Amino acid sequence: MSMGAAAGFNVLWLQSGGCGGCSMSLLCADTTDFHGQLRDAGIDLLWHPSLSIESGHELSTMLDRIADGRLRLDALCIEGSLLRGPHGSGRFHVLAGTGIPMIHWVSRLAARARHVVAVGSCAAWGGVTAGGDNPTDACGLQFEDDRRGGLLGADFRSESGLPVINIAGCPTHPSWVIDTLMALAAESFTAGDLDQLGRPRFYADQLVHHGCTRNEYYEFKASAEKPSDLGCMMEHMGCKGTQVHADCNTRLWNGEGSCTRGGYACVACTEPGFQEPGHPFQQTPKLAGIPIGLPTDMPKAWFVALASLSKSATPRRVKLNAVADHLVVTPAVRKTRLK
Amino acid sequence: MTRLLVGPFNRVEGDLEVTLDIADGRVTSARVNAPMYRGFEQILRGKNPHDALVYVPRICGICSVSQSVASARALADLGGLEMPPNGQHATNVILATENLADHLTHFYLFFMPDFTRPVYASRAWHAEAERRFAPQTGEQTRAAIAARQRWFTLLGTLAGKWPHTQSIEPGGSTRPIEAAERVRLLSRVREFRAFLERQLFAAPLEKVSSIASEAELWAWHAQDPWRGDFRLFLSMVKDAALERLGPGPGRYLSYGAYPQPDGGFELGGGVWHAQRAVLSRLDEAAIREDATHAWLADSAAPRHPLDGLTLPDADKPDAYTWNKAPRLAGEVVETGAIARQLASAQPLVRDAVARHGGTVYTRVLARLIELARVVPMMERWLQQLQSGESYCVPSPHFTEGVGVGLSEAARGSLGHWIVAIRGQIANYQIVAPTTWNFSPRDAAGTPGALEQALEGAPVQEGELTPVAVQHIVRSFDPCMVCTVH
Ligand code: SF4
Ligand code: SF4
Repeated sequence: MSMGAAAGFNVLWLQSGGCGGCSMSLLCADTTDFHGQLRDAGIDLLWHPSLSIESGHELSTMLDRIADGRLRLDALCIEGSLLRGPHGSGRFHVLAGTGIPMIHWVSRLAARARHVVAVGSCAAWGGVTAGGDNPTDACGLQFEDDRRGGLLGADFRSESGLPVINIAGCPTHPSWVIDTLMALAAESFTAGDLDQLGRPRFYADQLVHHGCTRNEYYEFKASAEKPSDLGCMMEHMGCKGTQVHADCNTRLWNGEGSCTRGGYACVACTEPGFQEPGHPFQQTPKLAGIPIGLPTDMPKAWFVALASLSKSATPRRVKLNAVADHLVVTPAVRKTRLK
Repeated sequence: MTRLLVGPFNRVEGDLEVTLDIADGRVTSARVNAPMYRGFEQILRGKNPHDALVYVPRICGICSVSQSVASARALADLGGLEMPPNGQHATNVILATENLADHLTHFYLFFMPDFTRPVYASRAWHAEAERRFAPQTGEQTRAAIAARQRWFTLLGTLAGKWPHTQSIEPGGSTRPIEAAERVRLLSRVREFRAFLERQLFAAPLEKVSSIASEAELWAWHAQDPWRGDFRLFLSMVKDAALERLGPGPGRYLSYGAYPQPDGGFELGGGVWHAQRAVLSRLDEAAIREDATHAWLADSAAPRHPLDGLTLPDADKPDAYTWNKAPRLAGEVVETGAIARQLASAQPLVRDAVARHGGTVYTRVLARLIELARVVPMMERWLQQLQSGESYCVPSPHFTEGVGVGLSEAARGSLGHWIVAIRGQIANYQIVAPTTWNFSPRDAAGTPGALEQALEGAPVQEGELTPVAVQHIVRSFDPCMVCTVH
């Protein structure tokens, strides 16, 4: 056991109607000792599908003990959406070896958990699994897209009094999960740390646009026109970074990445309903040539005025590089000392 | 005869259930159930074809890039696109990064921990296995997670993020690489090489991949039987008779991996018939999916994926899984690293399979040999990137037609088939590697590859989750969320 942390914060991690990507992302957490990091924070992983040896009977026995209240559960982490179909039976996912639909297991275990955590946009809102006509009647733990409800209901509160904590993202960033679990284990996480949609504010109070390497192109409305161009992807390529809550460009992915740094649009994977935007993902929907999805906190008229002004002032360097896949014009080197 | 229901099987992506009939301490018959259905093929209908690139990686968090590559190839086929060499190399490096990470994760996190179980407590290697591979505390398990984390930083640069990148386009990669970045990427690959050479193989990669026969392998093993994790595994093979455990159907499918700009594949494809020791050309048109024992609407006869049907029917009699039964010219085939190594004529794997068949031992062997073979290829591809040259050609608006995208995920052959009408997806069908390997019975009652491999597996007195069954299931490196998607 470690110092300065709540002793033995028991975490159970189950997967349902998702892809397992949040677990795989979690293992990319920025540390040289994944298990040591959890242990030092006092986190005890009771069971995780990819990391535990217990299988079959050993696991179902453990789940029974939690459901009966014989084994304490501090955080129930659910990854993947909850599959209610067909016809409310939950048979689209029966927990193997138990004959019991996963939605029933989740409801029983949630009733015993001190905290309930939705890991990823599937568990938070339904996610991609709820796309199209939603063939499996998938939903989130406490939301269906942006409507409250979901499997556990709008009024659900876990034993701690908190609603479901929605660590949304598709997948979710490993350090969004680690930071949340550590704060919970240290008892330093309160209702005020959640935004209106139940997301931890430490990452949801940011916008993807913050820290984007294409910000200079954005300022001059120098826009990418095709994949692999260097320009801003808001005007033509479907980027929603100016509206999306997440810190992807300041808390980077896999060492140094983000969607926009990788050359493709932010598709708003932390937002409810992102899976059905109503337009092709890589095309910006426009009205009279102007993108519909303008920055949330900017009046439209201002945006239009500023955009046309900045377009007329775009330096040649920015204009040409925006539509190339490598720098064709480099910044001028001045002969005199910079002032 | 007794019947045993085993599940959930964890450590794979998604869960799995197996029903075993047991007599005289052996499995006499097995039925494999993939107990979760999400309906990606239904979700994709009506979408803009290019949007598939946002949805399909979300089929699977462990092989999301493989899904993207198969989809991008299907779209490229639909639109008649060809990638520039830079795009081809970058895509191959991205895919290889994921595939090799999967091999590493499989060995250290999914497969080896079972050897720390108490049933093996009396074996000479048990304490060493525990020290190295115990989940959460094992020294090598933890080192492997750290190596994996560093390895995936390659994809931070090359693909923006992993999993679920959108950098893979039909026309190439959206992330051009600058000259200085290329040098840095190479040094990351070398870091991973160092992990493999110090920890896993305790030998240079070139030495490992040049071992040409079993005799040579065991002679090398005998020099220092516990040195490096590969040789410790080989010690267990002999002691636990893994070379006889879990024989597959003897036919192996590979679509070919890592296409090159001048044509051809780095790891060639085809169908390897072990009994006759011949490689035949793949006939993609001979693929059919049979839904007789799946909880899916039956179309009377098996269908080629281009006119495939995927519609749930939860109350269908005689069905026992959400998975269909794919067949190649009516035959059951096994797919995976073993198939790629056989198809690409790797001498050690061919020799080992000739002696033992496709078994727990040879499947794991093929994966480790692949790790040793592909890292040097990645170094070469990175060196071939040309700065200033194009990485991606833009896609046209996809309107009408059909497209086929074949690729190799870590765990085997992955195919996507798309039909577009008036700018929308009219049909999209996916046949994943585990769909092949964990297939149920077909209309003729022929069991799938894993179902066959489980027949004859030993079950010890009192075992509720038989350890031999776990080894066999995991030797395929299944990916359950891909299976029925
Ligand atoms: S690409 Fe997106 S996130 Fe980046 S500057 Fe443009 S709008 Fe902002
Ligand atoms: S940049 Fe946007 S789409 Fe990408 S991970 Fe962040 S929130 Fe999700």
